[in-house]
Amino acid sequence: MTMQQQVLPLNGMMSKDTGHYRGDHLLVAQMVERGSKVLDVGCGDGDLLQLLETRGIDGRGIELSREGVNRCVAKGLAVVQGDADTDLVNYPDDAFDYVILSQTLQATRQPRVVLENLLRIGRRAIVSFPNFGFWKMRLQLLVGGHMPRTENLPATWYDTPNIHFCTIKDFVQLCDEINVKMERAVALDLYGRPLRLNAPWWFWNMFGEQGVFLLSRAEKGR
Amino acid sequence: MVNVQSVPSPAIHADERSQEADHPSSKLALFGADQPLRLDCGIDLTPFQIAYQTYGELNADKSNAILVCHALTGDQHVANVHPVTGKPGWWETMVGPGRPLDTDSYFIICANVIGGCMGSTGPASTNPATGKLWGLDFPIITIPDMVRAQAMLLDRLGIDTLFCVVGGSMGGMQALQWTAAYPGRVFSTLAIACSTRHSAQNIAFHELGRQAVMADPDWHNGRYFEHGTHPHRGLGVARMAAHITYLSDAALHRKFGRRMQDRELPTFSFDADFQVESYLRYQGSSFVERFDANSYLYLTRAMDYFDIAADHQGVLAKAFTGIQTRFCVVSFTSDWLFPTSESRALVHALNASSARVSFAEIETDRGHDAFLLDVPEFFEISRAFLQSAGKARGLTTKPV
Repeated sequence: MTMQQQVLPLNGMMSKDTGHYRGDHLLVAQMVERGSKVLDVGCGDGDLLQLLETRGIDGRGIELSREGVNRCVAKGLAVVQGDADTDLVNYPDDAFDYVILSQTLQATRQPRVVLENLLRIGRRAIVSFPNFGFWKMRLQLLVGGHMPRTENLPATWYDTPNIHFCTIKDFVQLCDEINVKMERAVALDLYGRPLRLNAPWWFWNMFGEQGVFLLSRAEKGR
Repeated sequence: MVNVQSVPSPAIHADERSQEADHPSSKLALFGADQPLRLDCGIDLTPFQIAYQTYGELNADKSNAILVCHALTGDQHVANVHPVTGKPGWWETMVGPGRPLDTDSYFIICANVIGGCMGSTGPASTNPATGKLWGLDFPIITIPDMVRAQAMLLDRLGIDTLFCVVGGSMGGMQALQWTAAYPGRVFSTLAIACSTRHSAQNIAFHELGRQAVMADPDWHNGRYFEHGTHPHRGLGVARMAAHITYLSDAALHRKFGRRMQDRELPTFSFDADFQVESYLRYQGSSFVERFDANSYLYLTRAMDYFDIAADHQGVLAKAFTGIQTRFCVVSFTSDWLFPTSESRALVHALNASSARVSFAEIETDRGHDAFLLDVPEFFEISRAFLQSAGKARGLTTKPV
């Protein structure tokens, strides 16, 4: 998935060094406390894990593609070949401080089960996904009458790995349904810049190209 | 009459081989009556000796030692000319200056396993109680026994913690056993093309090999040395069958196809018409030159008995609970002897133990033997794993 490189401020990192990293990765890194233990599900080439390691975070990864895994392992990262849908069950409860699912939720077969597993394995989860409610998507469907394709999601409907698209609104609803607490939510625009924090949900759902959520388990009985 | 040709009788290196069993061309650690090796079968083996090779220099705080565990038909001669065959070491692609196991940065140790025939006590060694060779009087040994003996060797060398334990196939079994038995002594583990237990199919192939040896009249119930013979035909057949399991259909087809050996037409005989036959016969006959038949029986048996989970109430993850060791597990797509599914089961257990683990499956058509061959992606992964572990260990490694 291509994503424009953006400069986001990150505590403790010189702004000249942040330019190598994807905007959503910098945002995720910002959400993770230093010294914590992290599992990155669908870690791709390991760019986020490398960024986390520079911040003294003990990172592990799961990646579906063999090429991705081998590139990660050749970088010295602790990454295993595996599938978010089938392999998360092997991890024990509370094994990690954070479990990250970056731009992968929409490609899983059972997003709800995956989300539940993330918050079983990790005390917190960080989930980012493309927002299907983004105005460009809506416009293509409404005016063009075809399945939307964008710079960041260029695949056609018949060869896309993304089988469970959702909007920011849908995701928030799912979190409510399975009793997940949203500690922090950020919507990024097409250029990876965060939208105004005080904007209403409908605005994010319309103008956010992707959503990034920091989640935790809600207190029991709520 | 139809031309019949079996495995050719080898240029016998029997003298060199039996010399190596007791007086190896290697460093030797002798363990007297005060230090018996407690075997899983309940017997205390004493006295016994371990033959080993080292490469590179041990650093001042003894933090750069890597133990290489050899496979079934390997030995301690990892990266030097073999004293019996005169051939290069079996893992010179992996071990040496600038190699992934860089002898400029690490101190590499490789010991002949207990039960082997290259200088560590085994069935081809002299039994001090009788003055005769052990033969089948030698007790049955296991993978944990091999590892226990290696741990005693490390004690002798004054090395408390291994920076890494590395092995492929039976060597990988030892590496895993090392980590499960002595988690505090192993900083990192590189387990290649192996499994935490020997499968039924693999036990079956081993039984085939053993029966081939025992069916050879030259075996003489394991006392062939007293008859001036060596069951080279039986052991040759065992090696031929085993060798097929180390390759793959695709690799055999690519290397040999149905091509004829030094002839255009079939000879209408049982001569080695096909290149693949000729190759297998060569593999069989060159193996028997350097390997003791009884040793082959003992080592295959040790692999058959291997099952780490069985020692932990049948739950593999329990073997690695709370482990701090960094793991790298490597498998090869065309390996059907130790298929990727076996490595994956190990990785799942390690994940369940929250161990730090990397797992790469490497695409190759070269079968199980790939770990001994020139597979650049495998080298790159091994090198990166060791460098990253070295960083965590505070080792200063030479930049490549």
